[in-house]
Amino acid sequence: MVLQMTGIRKVFPGVVALDGVDFRLLPGEIHALMGENGAGKSTLIKVLTGVYDIDGGQIELAGEQVRFTGPLQAQQAGISTVYQEVNLCPNLSVAENIFIGREPRRFGRIHWSEMRKRAHTSLARLDLDIDVSAQLDSYSLAIQQMVAIARATDVGNTKVLILDEPTSSLDASEVEQLFAVMRRLKDENVAILFVSHFLDQVYEIADRMTVLRNGRLIGEYRTAELPQMQLVSKMIGKDLEALEQIEEHAREAPRQETKIIEAKGLGRTGSIAPFDLTIHAGEVVGLAGLLGSGRTELARLLFGADRPDSGELDVDGTPAKFHSPRDAMTKGIAFSSENRRTEGIIGELTVRENIILALQAARGWTRPIPRRRQDELVDKYVKALQIRPADPERLVRDLSGGNQQKVLLARWLITEPRLLIIDEPTRGIDVGAKAEIQRLVAELADGGMAVLFVSAELEEVLRLSHKIEVLRDRRLVEELVNTDDVDADRIMQTIASGTTGATP
Amino acid sequence: MTNLLRHRLFWPIAVLVVLLASNLVFSNNFFTITLQDGHLYGSLIDILRRSAPLVLVALGMTLVISTGGIDLSVGSVMAISGALACLLIGDLSNPDSTTSVLLVVGAAIALCLVFGLWNGFLVAVLGIQPIIATLILMVAGRGVAQLITDGQILNVHSAPYRVIGAGYFLAVPVSFLIAAAAVALTVALTRRTALGLLLESVGGSPTASRLAGIRARRITIMVYVFAAAFAGVAGLIYSSDVSSADSNAAGNLIELNAILAVVLGGTALTGGRFSIAGSVLGAVIITTLDITAVSVGVPVETTLLFKAIVVIILCLAQSPTFRAKVFGRFATKKAATREAVAA
Repeated sequence: MVLQMTGIRKVFPGVVALDGVDFRLLPGEIHALMGENGAGKSTLIKVLTGVYDIDGGQIELAGEQVRFTGPLQAQQAGISTVYQEVNLCPNLSVAENIFIGREPRRFGRIHWSEMRKRAHTSLARLDLDIDVSAQLDSYSLAIQQMVAIARATDVGNTKVLILDEPTSSLDASEVEQLFAVMRRLKDENVAILFVSHFLDQVYEIADRMTVLRNGRLIGEYRTAELPQMQLVSKMIGKDLEALEQIEEHAREAPRQETKIIEAKGLGRTGSIAPFDLTIHAGEVVGLAGLLGSGRTELARLLFGADRPDSGELDVDGTPAKFHSPRDAMTKGIAFSSENRRTEGIIGELTVRENIILALQAARGWTRPIPRRRQDELVDKYVKALQIRPADPERLVRDLSGGNQQKVLLARWLITEPRLLIIDEPTRGIDVGAKAEIQRLVAELADGGMAVLFVSAELEEVLRLSHKIEVLRDRRLVEELVNTDDVDADRIMQTIASGTTGATP
Repeated sequence: MTNLLRHRLFWPIAVLVVLLASNLVFSNNFFTITLQDGHLYGSLIDILRRSAPLVLVALGMTLVISTGGIDLSVGSVMAISGALACLLIGDLSNPDSTTSVLLVVGAAIALCLVFGLWNGFLVAVLGIQPIIATLILMVAGRGVAQLITDGQILNVHSAPYRVIGAGYFLAVPVSFLIAAAAVALTVALTRRTALGLLLESVGGSPTASRLAGIRARRITIMVYVFAAAFAGVAGLIYSSDVSSADSNAAGNLIELNAILAVVLGGTALTGGRFSIAGSVLGAVIITTLDITAVSVGVPVETTLLFKAIVVIILCLAQSPTFRAKVFGRFATKKAATREAVAA
């Protein structure tokens, strides 16, 4: 056994994040750590990588008891981590990124040619042949992820590699590429700890899994012996009937025929080709397409976050020109970005402040929302969306990803928009929260709100949408009315082949 | 107790108390306040009076810094406002007319507003980095002031003008009252309205703020205008106190003192959360430090060094990393003993 953690306990003020958790890793296995947001996955990883000190329990690495006081120590002991958001310097070269902080030196000066050579070798190990002297951000996110892995495993004595949500921003073929790398490392006897919210991926790659719930260990299972449904019910602690109900419900919802927004040949050079799109009140429109197919770009045009350079946009039948998001907001349009951390939450403000931000911005600074009204609104949505911890005065950066997403939803819902654009609201979120957010979308649409739902997960788009806009290569290629004969294969076909006969 | 220690104003207040206490030991009559000719006199009153310009400049600086910016031009703006006021008063047929002096003051501040707009325009509209954008006016502003005064030191004799910096109202220095009013105005403006929240939001994440519908550009311009206006008032106080316009000495290095005051008060230079009370306290600490150096009898050539040492101590005391390093070991030992006892 390469790693054995016993009775790990970690307490934060007011919260027991980990309560006597046992966890073990075998050499040469891929082990998935499963649980909802706030189950304690991140905390366990941070304990393991020395970011947090433990309040109880023991960690044994390769048979020796260890206690890390910092990430560097953990790394030197052979535990390397690649985080969800790539923590590299985009403005440095690939080789520099791999060797930053431990550059090969000769006579005290950096030995550049040696560095490039070694960078090349270490990437070749992962079957990657790229120009290592090129700047990192000239490569796709997937490649950047590989570079991060190369950096993490190049230390030499890597016993444990932790991959925290490595696939959340990769498309299908990139995921395959990553899995190939993971299998290769596994053959080299590295123990890989894999965290992902994509169940299919976990079932494809993981040998065993450990499930956490509310800071407690639920169990350790062989992947082959635990069916998906059982896994999910272990993660959320209840069965999934609720989740299944949504499907029928949303699709049958009646369509109202009030046009809210109509785009005619709207486009922006280099980001999205001119497209036509109409969204009615009470309608859920799904945007499907691969990563980089122009989903976000389309959404941003509708919100005035970017300016179109062709076509026009009608709101309620009259032409509208949005110069800024604020203009769109006054027309009742809301947009929640896919980049939760950089374009969504304001980390150093509290949950309350984050929730009222858009409403306050719309009112202008001279008309503050009275504190009592703020508390009412915030309280209502913290309850309705089950934001945890339910403390409005907590800094939002201390919340888990799923709860931050709910804070953002709350921010827009209190502005009572008529069209809600949500970009990847369920990315990096666990099954339970995902179901809650999906249910919410369905409810909102029933209440007459139009929703433009952007997601990389076709199942989700299919489940919720009345009609589906399929994007490919920054072009809207097809509009599908979500009838019974439309399924994921049908959409994949469109994405793969481009235009179908039905599209003008 | 720990709550008290964790309060973000704890360390600035502690340093101020220590500074004042050291005066109690080392100098006589420091705390004596006397009433002469209907004016309050004493070192404490001196501190209040002499803090006024720095408090004003620090207020503006706090707002600018909260948006993630910085304003290096405040010292030059002070010089410009003093220069223009003195020039105009020199041209007045009756320099003792209160109305004319008020008009002059208005004109000087109006000019400062224009310079504030200029800074804001460079930063918010053209997207120039604040440190560079305001550096332009920092350098050019002294030149403008010298142009206004023709390179001379302009002396003025105007009773109403002198009131601003050296006068008393109800025995209290007028400059202090102006600074106090500015503090009250700033607090009301940021905490009674939603301006404070929006500033902190823009400072925390400009992109996220824009997508939340905040007009970040407008708000950014506004804080630079504020900073320039307050600097303009500070410049008037300074020039009125010495009854002249000295384009080189007015507001010299005050931008750095103001930044220091803001940082001492616990506002991070990266923007976001800000503390007005902290900045005011920081400004008072810096002034007290200057006065203490004199009253304690620190030789003139070592005053700056003395100041630096106190600032270093305060910064270290406020740094969580440093505290953890120094007191952390002690704390874990204590905790360990406690556990051992419990076991």
